[in-house]
Amino acid sequence: MRRKSALVMTAVMVAATASACGGGSSDSKTIKVAYQKFGNFIGADELFKKIKPVFEQQNPGLKLKLIPIEADENSYYTKLNLMRRSPKTAPDVAYEDTFFVNSDAEARFLRPLDDDLKSWPDWSQFVDAAKAAGQAADGHTYGIPMGTDTRGLWYNKQIFAKAGLPQNWQPKTWNDVLAAARQIKSKVPGVIPLNVYAGKGVGEASSMQGFEMLLYGTGDKLYDDQTKKWVAPSRGMGAAFDFLKTVYSSGLGPTQQQALDPHWSDNVAGQELPKGKLAIALDGSWLPQAWIPGGANAWPQWSSVLGTAAMPTQNGQAPGKVSLSGGWLLSVGARTKNPSAAWKLVQLAMNKENSLFFYVKATQVSVRKDVVADPKYLEGNPTQRFWTDLVSVTQYRPAYNVYPQISNQLQAASEAVVTGQSSPRSAMNDFAGQVKQIAGPDKVEARS
Amino acid sequence: MVAVGLPERTVTRRPPARRGRRAAGRVLPLVPAFGLLALFFVGPILWCVYASFTDISLTGAGASSPHLVGLRNYRQMFSDPAFAKSLWLTVVFVIGSAVIGQNVGGLALALLMNGRHRIVRAVVGGIVVGAWVLPELVAGFMWYAFLSDHGTFNAILRAVGLHGGSWLYSSPLAAVTIANVWRGTAFSMLVYSAALSNVPDELLEAASVDGASGWARLRHVTLPLIRRAMLTNLMTITLQTLAVFTLIFVMTGGGPGTKSQTLPIFMYQEAFKFYHLGYGAALAIVLLAVGAVFSLVYLRAMRKEV
Repeated sequence: MRRKSALVMTAVMVAATASACGGGSSDSKTIKVAYQKFGNFIGADELFKKIKPVFEQQNPGLKLKLIPIEADENSYYTKLNLMRRSPKTAPDVAYEDTFFVNSDAEARFLRPLDDDLKSWPDWSQFVDAAKAAGQAADGHTYGIPMGTDTRGLWYNKQIFAKAGLPQNWQPKTWNDVLAAARQIKSKVPGVIPLNVYAGKGVGEASSMQGFEMLLYGTGDKLYDDQTKKWVAPSRGMGAAFDFLKTVYSSGLGPTQQQALDPHWSDNVAGQELPKGKLAIALDGSWLPQAWIPGGANAWPQWSSVLGTAAMPTQNGQAPGKVSLSGGWLLSVGARTKNPSAAWKLVQLAMNKENSLFFYVKATQVSVRKDVVADPKYLEGNPTQRFWTDLVSVTQYRPAYNVYPQISNQLQAASEAVVTGQSSPRSAMNDFAGQVKQIAGPDKVEARS
Repeated sequence: MVAVGLPERTVTRRPPARRGRRAAGRVLPLVPAFGLLALFFVGPILWCVYASFTDISLTGAGASSPHLVGLRNYRQMFSDPAFAKSLWLTVVFVIGSAVIGQNVGGLALALLMNGRHRIVRAVVGGIVVGAWVLPELVAGFMWYAFLSDHGTFNAILRAVGLHGGSWLYSSPLAAVTIANVWRGTAFSMLVYSAALSNVPDELLEAASVDGASGWARLRHVTLPLIRRAMLTNLMTITLQTLAVFTLIFVMTGGGPGTKSQTLPIFMYQEAFKFYHLGYGAALAIVLLAVGAVFSLVYLRAMRKEV
């Protein structure tokens, strides 16, 4: 019943909001801000609670209405975009995944901010990669980045000591990573040498922390911004699938059953790493969120046990390391009745002080240069400097609305490879066929 | 409609004006209920039917200006091998866990408990109903923990010298089927217990005096008498099981691959992960149709009975 009723609810909400369209009771004196609040993630809620009195004091006569949406990412997004379908419920300001900028701009849910940005001195403090993440394919900027996350290698120094590997491990190529994993396998039995996510179980983690972290280190990409085409198959893609095969078929990774368990990514952060059962993890900057006091799996020793290393490119080619990023924006709704007040709220929420507040509360990596220089930003998390430095090389996923489907096919292809159902080559060709079907044959190019 | 029609027949001889007023007096109190039903039940279904013929989506161009696309969603569905597989899994899941598991299991429990000591009934009933009152999410996690690699089930197997297995990986559909039987049998048991208490003892005694065995008494006396309860039960649990989402989502997420991806999981993926609300709505309509087919089969089968 659940899902059907969800669809029905969707229908009800749309019907109800549609019938209310004429009313337009949303007034220009109340600014509504919608954001996600879920589980450990209460950073946005704390931020807006903090600035509500400030905003109302600075703008007499205006009220700030907070709309925290308690839902996981998929459901948050569903709810947000349903709210946006009617002017009555559409929020003036919303917490928006960078990933949806293109498709939400295409849906005309967002208001371009280009003119406002020209007169905002703080904008020069934002790093270019993050600025680009708020820009849609039409060239307009639709949101101010609220921070980001980066990806790389976590490794257990105690296991490394037992295996005779350096405490300050810095692999230069994929082979260095595999060599360390092999050494761990032979010297420290009983631990998983290397985890690289694959398969459909863990969902997007498999595409982003797993396959794309490999692919983007080969020189090839999933989408070519110049030709505006998806790239499949490619030489780099074949190499990435080969890497997965090597990890899973020679016992360097988790078992297939572990890797395909839908809770595997939670287990990695919650159990395998804290209990010393996993030596090297290709994962994200946010993991300490679970380990800090008050986190889901408090583990005070994490910063002395774990080291960090950048994920190297395939053969060490420039820039030598690779990272992928996601992140959120503050966006102004296209249907706001009071664009200038909405923009004032965004400026206030993303000024230096409040950005720092949010980064720390939400374990975000800073995208503001002035915040990085602030000692308060680095204190409390010894790895924060490392993850922040990766911003200089980081890349964002192709933010188009067919991506979720393509990502799903990527997960299916990697699952076929790690379970041995397909060879890397045939999995890649199957995947390329699927991409053609999803994006259209003229939107895909092969590269060898 | 039935409720409106009945009183009219009883008042046919009254003068027309009075009849009309009388009918209006009876119908009027129903208007709010009908209004609510129309708004919250018929309305969404109609919207769902409409949406299934559009390219409406959560984001992108289809979000602001959806277009009618005719039968495109249905054509796409019937040419998609993933849909065919999903439909098949749904039917297997419903037959395995509802028609066989919950229905037969519930009947067996009700028969075994019938006429037992009050304390036995209370204890057994309490345990079985306990599984039913657990929220679906909790039941899902319990079964995930029970069947996972380091779970209780494997620990028990190893304790008696057997090899454990990766049950959620090697036989995901069987795992979710068993979990759904465990969770849902209580409902069938309650329905059948109530029905059995209405079977007159005299009939059973008379049959046994005539020399009918236990099985014959069940086959020829008890089952025909509880036919209506059986029909209600089968319809209810089938519709419930068709729509099971949380249990499967938590235990296997539809995987590994698509090995336990029943229609609700498939629909969730299309509508909320790929944002194709129109395609999701079309799948919902097909799910409705599957439920209707099951109901028709039951109605026909039961009408012929004895």
